[in-house]
Amino acid sequence: MIRVAVQTDAINVAAELDIHDAGGHGASAIFVGRVRGDDGLAELFLEHHPALTEAGLAELAHVAADRWSLSALTLVHRVGGMATGETIVLVLASSAHRAEALAATEFLIDRLKTDVMLWKRETFADGRVAWVEPRDGDHGRAERWD
Amino acid sequence: MTLTISYFAWVRERMGVAGEVIDPPADVTTIADLVGWLAARDDRGALAFAEPGRIRAAVGGTMVGPEAAIGDEIALFPPVTGG
Repeated sequence: MIRVAVQTDAINVAAELDIHDAGGHGASAIFVGRVRGDDGLAELFLEHHPALTEAGLAELAHVAADRWSLSALTLVHRVGGMATGETIVLVLASSAHRAEALAATEFLIDRLKTDVMLWKRETFADGRVAWVEPRDGDHGRAERWD
Repeated sequence: MTLTISYFAWVRERMGVAGEVIDPPADVTTIADLVGWLAARDDRGALAFAEPGRIRAAVGGTMVGPEAAIGDEIALFPPVTGG
């Protein structure tokens, strides 16, 4: 079962886990990415493409499902404005055993940082607004999976 | 050739529009050509496309490199920063 979503609503991690868990799995890995309150950040805004962002997430999910033996996969990314501490992204991957679930989760979070049409814009308490620049380390991590 | 082009993030902000329909000259055949043409077209384009190395593209929904051929539906945007 693959579930992919792009949404402006807050991500309900507990509810997503319930949906993901229907049926039961031997091993489930979870990654939750949240908005950090660095340097006086007031708001994080995620811009997306109306069609290609979700398509990109779905493609990554299918690559992961082909590469590892997974019994369920959930990939939810929030878009729009969000505050410090809120969840930006949720990855859930389940398999019969931990190694595949953990590997698939790490692959998905690494690759979605470099392959999916999403852009972060930061607004700080002092009024500064800045688009986030990609980190060199993100590409290095993503390329490990090539 | 008439193209529908959409812009995202700071490319969109610098262009001042989310997208437009354009009809570039016949010698614009690749993404790199298109970016160069837009940069030379007006001040907004010069600002948005001053550094072609920081521009990414999708043609018909597929991410492509600068040497890819242009198509009917093009998106131009900065490197992605999701996750």
